[in-house]
Amino acid sequence: MKYQVNEHGYYGEFGGAFVPEMLYPNVDNLKKKYLEIIQSDDFKQEFELLLKDYVGRPSPLYYSERMSEVYGAKIYLKREDLNHTGSHKINNTIGQILLAKRLGKKRIIAETGAGQHGVATATVCARAGLDCVVFMGEEDVKRQRPNVEKMEMLGATVIPAMSGNRTLKDATNEAIRDWINHPNETHYIIGSVVGPHPYPDMVARFQSVISQEMKWQLMEQTGKENPDTIIACVGGGSNAAGAFYHFLDDEDVELVAVEAAGLGVNSGETAATSQVGNDGIIHGSKTLLMQTEDGQIIEPYSISAGLDYPGIGPVHAHLYKTGRVKFLNATDDEAMEAVFELTEKEGIIPALESAHALAALKKMALKKDQVVVVNLSGRGDKDMDTYIRMKNEK
Amino acid sequence: MNRINQLFNDTQDKIKSIYFTAGHPAPNTALTIIQELEKNGINMIEIGMPFSDPLADGPTIQRSSEFALEQGMSVKKLLEEIKDVRQTVSIPLLLMGYFNSVQKYGVEQFCKDISAIGIDGVILPDLPLEYYEANYQATFEKHNIIPVFLITPQTPDERIRQTDKLSKGFIYMVSTAATTGTQSGYAQETMDYFKRIKDMNLSVPTVTGFGISNKETLEQASRYSAGGIIGSAFVKAVDGSEDLAGDIADFVKTLS
Ligand SMILES: Cc1ncc(COP(=O)(O)O)c(C=O)c1O
Repeated sequence: MKYQVNEHGYYGEFGGAFVPEMLYPNVDNLKKKYLEIIQSDDFKQEFELLLKDYVGRPSPLYYSERMSEVYGAKIYLKREDLNHTGSHKINNTIGQILLAKRLGKKRIIAETGAGQHGVATATVCARAGLDCVVFMGEEDVKRQRPNVEKMEMLGATVIPAMSGNRTLKDATNEAIRDWINHPNETHYIIGSVVGPHPYPDMVARFQSVISQEMKWQLMEQTGKENPDTIIACVGGGSNAAGAFYHFLDDEDVELVAVEAAGLGVNSGETAATSQVGNDGIIHGSKTLLMQTEDGQIIEPYSISAGLDYPGIGPVHAHLYKTGRVKFLNATDDEAMEAVFELTEKEGIIPALESAHALAALKKMALKKDQVVVVNLSGRGDKDMDTYIRMKNEK
Repeated sequence: MNRINQLFNDTQDKIKSIYFTAGHPAPNTALTIIQELEKNGINMIEIGMPFSDPLADGPTIQRSSEFALEQGMSVKKLLEEIKDVRQTVSIPLLLMGYFNSVQKYGVEQFCKDISAIGIDGVILPDLPLEYYEANYQATFEKHNIIPVFLITPQTPDERIRQTDKLSKGFIYMVSTAATTGTQSGYAQETMDYFKRIKDMNLSVPTVTGFGISNKETLEQASRYSAGGIIGSAFVKAVDGSEDLAGDIADFVKTLS
């Protein structure tokens, strides 16, 4: 349990709840109730049934013969892209909407980068009959248009965030401000393992179904429940937290997190927080953060809206500092190359975020019998505009 | 005695306090603004340290912060600008901002440096009470810096008592569940909340902030507390000002 949150809400030195006092009652209420609610039998039954019949879980663990050939190892893809709404984000929103109902909340807010979390939130709100407001950076509204249309069709109101770089960080700021202004009726469904305690732990628990399934799927397919290596991309880090969760204490399983390098780690246009960040506070938690000498948050950059974030979840800051997880990164170009490679080799068009995880394969010394699971966090539908542009330039 | 305690001990009238964002409406105006506010009878000043991601602030203070940062404002620069403020100004001065700015500067160094300048207190809305108590109380006390904590209409009584216990100067009573900004008047339930807090007979005075825009809201806000803090309305009033002394005098006049 050395990598799990402690009773004060910390992962080592990271975590906590540094929220404006106005949010204290809401966050404290969540902290007091979340475990009891999500560990209750009736919650678990409803959650598991929805994951099965509504999301379509378990998501397949697919042995990719052709990628295995290319990389000289046994490459498996955990197919979160096949989930309803197209990514892992729905695992968390299903959990949180069931929680929100039990807390008696009537209105849901969320932030979104790529729009996947926004769509997943709008989806569960439609099903639950709750009002839904999604904050999305104006820049992301432009680059992830299909998801904006989807959210609106699902009945959500999408509010463009106009501050900063107008991306994920700014959308999160606006969501937090909205929560300050509507403290009673509203539940904030955070989309990653970020934010004040208990969010990082709660979101990780909802996403942990990914590694839970991996264990028995690997056992079925390889005869061993542990792989040698797991690779996942990290924006805030929820798909990685879910993919690593049940393997954290199995120290012989190599865990690899891949951040977005943007134009290059040292280019000044990057989102590789672990490489260029240091201790700071963002969105209510102490973690690694891209910031100036003066403590101002630096605007990140990545072609992938879902990874374009200047922090990482506190659990990942801890996993980085302790060396339990190896942190790699991939540039825009490397990710794009990985998109086309998987598409050509396997007939699977991945999300730009997930392509960063795939791009790491090129950077690793792999062995022939090494069992490697890449968490394919989402599908590429939302990125088709970008892909079409690239395809036509080729 | 810390100037904040002195003020509440000596003043029978309601306290009028102003927040402004350092570096706004133009670079190198912080000292002038402080001096002019004192000259016009303001009792206490919150000097805003602009932060890139001010979560508790509404559009007005967000914009002033963004402007100040674009013009090169930083904590270090601010402290440099106001280093001799005590040669001309005697009212209590507090720094207000976000905890990340202070932790990045180094909490101990920060307390030491601002104490040397003659700053009396600090308001950091996102520094949790418990975290302060466990990690920084001794440091603040060593340097005679008073931390000011917020309470809101949603704060449970038990936490208000805990806040009172850790407060050495005053408690910042946030008027409504909202980010900073202006309101045209307070609803009855807000007035009831002000009264409820007064009836708790806390050991330190409360000062009301958020939403005060004019004489009427200031009067309402002060009715059950020691006074009011005006932020966004002042920031708006000096935005783009080319005659700070004149505009500040005019603004303060509208409050009484
Ligand atoms: C498909 C996909 N993968 C990954 C991410 C990054 O989020 P996280 O790091 O929380 O998994 C996103 C976020 O939008 C996404 O849409």
